[in-house]
Amino acid sequence: MFARLVYESFRRQKRRKLLAGAAITLGVTVATAMIAVATDIGDKINRELRTIGANLLITPQEDTLDVEIGGVNLKPPSDGAFLKEADLPQIKGTFWHNNITGFAPMLPVNVTVERDGRRLDASLLGTYFTKRFAYGKEEFTTGVRSTHPWWKVDGAWPGDESRDVLLGERLARRLGANTGDSIGVSGRSLRVSGVLSSGGAEDDEIVAPLVLAQEILGKPGAVRRVYVSALTKPEDALARRDPKSMSGAIYDRWYCSPYPQSIAFQLQEAIPHSHAEQIRQVAQNEGAVLTRIEGLIFLVTLAALLASALAVSAAMATAIFERRAEVGLMKALGAGKVAVASVFFAEAALLALFGGMVGFAAGGVLARQIGRAIFDSQISIAPVLLPVILAIAVIVTFAGSAAAIRKAVTMDPVFALRGEL
Amino acid sequence: MSGLSQSAQEVAAGRAASPHTSMFLRMLVRAAVLRRGRAGSALLAMIVAAAVTTAMLNLYVDVQAKLRREFRNYGANIVVVAKDGASLPPEAFAQVESAVAGRGVIAPFAMVVARTIDGQPVVVAGTDFERVRQLNRWWSVSNWPSASHQALVGMRALPVVSPKSQGFQLAFQGREIQLTPGGTVQTGAAEDSRVYLSMADFVSWTGVQPSTIEVAANGSPEDVSAIMAQIQKTVPEAEVRPVRQIMEGEARVLGKTRATLLAAAALIILTAALCVLSTLMGWVFDRRRDFAIMKSLGASDGLLNGFFAAEAAALGAAGAAIGFVVGIGIAAWIGRVNFHAPVAPRLGVLPLVLAGSMAVTLLSAILPISLLRRVQPAVILRGE
Repeated sequence: MFARLVYESFRRQKRRKLLAGAAITLGVTVATAMIAVATDIGDKINRELRTIGANLLITPQEDTLDVEIGGVNLKPPSDGAFLKEADLPQIKGTFWHNNITGFAPMLPVNVTVERDGRRLDASLLGTYFTKRFAYGKEEFTTGVRSTHPWWKVDGAWPGDESRDVLLGERLARRLGANTGDSIGVSGRSLRVSGVLSSGGAEDDEIVAPLVLAQEILGKPGAVRRVYVSALTKPEDALARRDPKSMSGAIYDRWYCSPYPQSIAFQLQEAIPHSHAEQIRQVAQNEGAVLTRIEGLIFLVTLAALLASALAVSAAMATAIFERRAEVGLMKALGAGKVAVASVFFAEAALLALFGGMVGFAAGGVLARQIGRAIFDSQISIAPVLLPVILAIAVIVTFAGSAAAIRKAVTMDPVFALRGEL
Repeated sequence: MSGLSQSAQEVAAGRAASPHTSMFLRMLVRAAVLRRGRAGSALLAMIVAAAVTTAMLNLYVDVQAKLRREFRNYGANIVVVAKDGASLPPEAFAQVESAVAGRGVIAPFAMVVARTIDGQPVVVAGTDFERVRQLNRWWSVSNWPSASHQALVGMRALPVVSPKSQGFQLAFQGREIQLTPGGTVQTGAAEDSRVYLSMADFVSWTGVQPSTIEVAANGSPEDVSAIMAQIQKTVPEAEVRPVRQIMEGEARVLGKTRATLLAAAALIILTAALCVLSTLMGWVFDRRRDFAIMKSLGASDGLLNGFFAAEAAALGAAGAAIGFVVGIGIAAWIGRVNFHAPVAPRLGVLPLVLAGSMAVTLLSAILPISLLRRVQPAVILRGE
């Protein structure tokens, strides 16, 4: 009898059930999409923040001081220590290698530039542009094009094995050289493949493939410093502690969290005789911006959950209120409070489960659309969240129905049947 | 029964007190009072929807300004340098300051290469510590120097110039200066290899004027461009450059955050509007008996439409007004919790929220009425 009551109610009142089900589906869709966005927003914004530049710097451990003013290096180029280029793929062997979005080695060399009889002292920076690497089975490309995305080139980027160079825009103006011209650099004739505009010291420099800089300096395989761009977690009290003073369990937690400090520590372990440090301007502020945006989206998600819970409750309350006459009839025929309430709750549960399932799927699609439209990448919802979402949908539907059901079961059947309530 | 007699007394008292109250108004008020529960839940839905909408619109308008402030902590977004690496004219700093006119933080920098007592080259910079402290908040400084001849020494320069934190000498073009380390600075970048002095000490020792002025200008990209243009006009002999990596990164992150917020706001407002729609439609539908009685007593279609529309409009307006106040409160709370600064209330949002509420409530009144109009009043009154 109970099952038939529920079944007939769905069969005969299709329109009302459809309305309530639609409200639940919509609520769950919005909730699912917002939860997916909120859980993924940190990672997405973190990647956007990487456009501000590398947040970690690896230098040789026993280095002499940098003596550099306005892009002009006054330190004798062969002075001080170097890192080995051959060690660099090890960066992809660290614990947090998946969080490292790119790295670029730098080797500054002092050169004289010649063109049309004019001679100038300038700095040549050797680096990777889009270098292909293999570490184990993993293939990846890295270089300044991923770590320094604000560099703009008028012309073409040089190949990493070529003998082409980029000319900083102000140096190009002083030399009167342009894309396609040849310039003399310390006795070599090199082709300018493009003019670089960076808004920084590089505008007065020549940027060349790393191999070329090593050749000019006469130090094959040498690198002065490496910029590393990594996705990090905002710093907290644990991050700032000194790893040497930590006990085992806390050390493990520190080591296995992607703090700028712990990634720097792991880079230092991976590359012999190196010193890795966070670039505070980038790393510190990134943490602050990330915390703010994550907090904002979290609060907005709460608002979305509230709004969808309200929509579901309102729909359920209306649906039950419209069925007073039916309740009156049931009670007049001798049904107890429990029997009436359980019919309504069973219906609510069925609606919630069905609406929740459809809403979850629709929310997944919606989240994906938002991800594609705003971030050009996927936002996906973890399937493990399905039971959680369904449970929330059932709870919210019950909570929304509870007041209306209570009112329905306590009312006098006489008034209900006469339609006087 | 007591409730009934009480309401009857109320009606009588109300009639005695205001004999000229129009029938229309009385019907409006009585309808809401007699069905408190239903009217209350409709009003509540309206309030919540208006509050959430107000909060989202407020946040959407304000979030850009809030996040920009966070981005100003990245430091300078404009750099003023002398053309061809020379020094800027001595009056340049005052000129830049007047051009910026309080719309940002500025700090001068002058640099030379000096030598330590054992002939090691080191970059020495002169600056204004008070200003740098505001400009470059990410500098990790153990102690900002306050007295003259106190230097701020970079972490990597420290073992070279003053390994035991004792006083040290630096020489530049034959002139020497005696300094004490007042504190250390760590940034993870070029600053770590430098020694910083106060501008007064630096100029009297080297005679070199500032070559760079860094400006952290507030505001939107248009504001920053305007400030750049103004600086260029006041100091024509200098080169004014934007710090592209900061400006571009800022624009990208702000754009994406706003877009996400807009999507969220759209979803939330849609949900809230549908919630109001379903509640109100239920409420109006519920009063089909009133409708039928009015119609059978000879009320015209126009009067009926006007009556239900006025009722919906009154509810919408009341809900929007209360919701607006609550929403402003929610936005201010989110601002305080998340950005440590309240979100300023935007009165410009009010007409939007009001118009939206009216539209939704009118729609939810008209839909059921147009359904009911097709039905004979007798059918409704018989309870079918």
